[in-house]
Amino acid sequence: MEYIEMKLPAKPDNIGIIRLTLSGIASSMGFTYEDVEDLKIAVSEACTNSVQHAYDKHEVGEVIVGFGIYEDKLEMMVADSGKSFNFNQVRAEIGPYTESSTVEQLTEGGLGLYLIETLMDEVRVMNHSGVTVFMMKYLNGERETYDTINPIGKTV
Amino acid sequence: MKMNIHKHHEKKEVMVYLEGEIDAYTAPKLREELWSLSEKENNIIIINLKDVTYLDSTGLGVFVGLFKRLKSKNGELELIELSNRLKKLFEMTGLINIINISVNTEDGGR
Repeated sequence: MEYIEMKLPAKPDNIGIIRLTLSGIASSMGFTYEDVEDLKIAVSEACTNSVQHAYDKHEVGEVIVGFGIYEDKLEMMVADSGKSFNFNQVRAEIGPYTESSTVEQLTEGGLGLYLIETLMDEVRVMNHSGVTVFMMKYLNGERETYDTINPIGKTV
Repeated sequence: MKMNIHKHHEKKEVMVYLEGEIDAYTAPKLREELWSLSEKENNIIIINLKDVTYLDSTGLGVFVGLFKRLKSKNGELELIELSNRLKKLFEMTGLINIINISVNTEDGGR
């Protein structure tokens, strides 16, 4: 496994930079155009969450994005705790997200997380000193087809 | 990282042409622009998304908000020339059943 980590000020302008980096990593790994676009959305949604989290607290914190590159999959972690993390340690600690953590931390309704969950093969959210979103996607698309839940229909 | 907005007023409707990436950075600006276009009653806003290269929940949120705002004032929203990529997002979120959407027929299976 190869690990790449980025640490940036938690500002909306930086999400594009994270997308560009991810795009380079995922393309070089051999992900298809569609998969790269899916990954871009997932990482952006997690970063948007971190940025909004920092914004809510009226402070410019830092967002840390970690990419775990494997032969057959890409793991991405987005953390807003402002501290570098030990990838393997955090990965071991991370648990399945709960209903309360998604509603509270991933604002904008569940749409951001819904997209992450739909586009990625595995997603976990951990809440400790900050929020860490863990996402994983296999290279050869083992994603199940998304069902037709209508998360927006309820609110319109 | 960049987004451009072009507006063009027809008799009844406003044509909006968007270009670039719609994310947490550009969505607030887009929202502001679209809100200023939707103050009156019976407004029809047609947004061309042909050259939108990136869209996520922040952009979808803007369109949902605009749709609701226009509906409350007897207006209409239409999103046109979506790439397959963008269409997929509207399908996934169920928005395709709510907002008037048409795809880009010249889109080469992207």
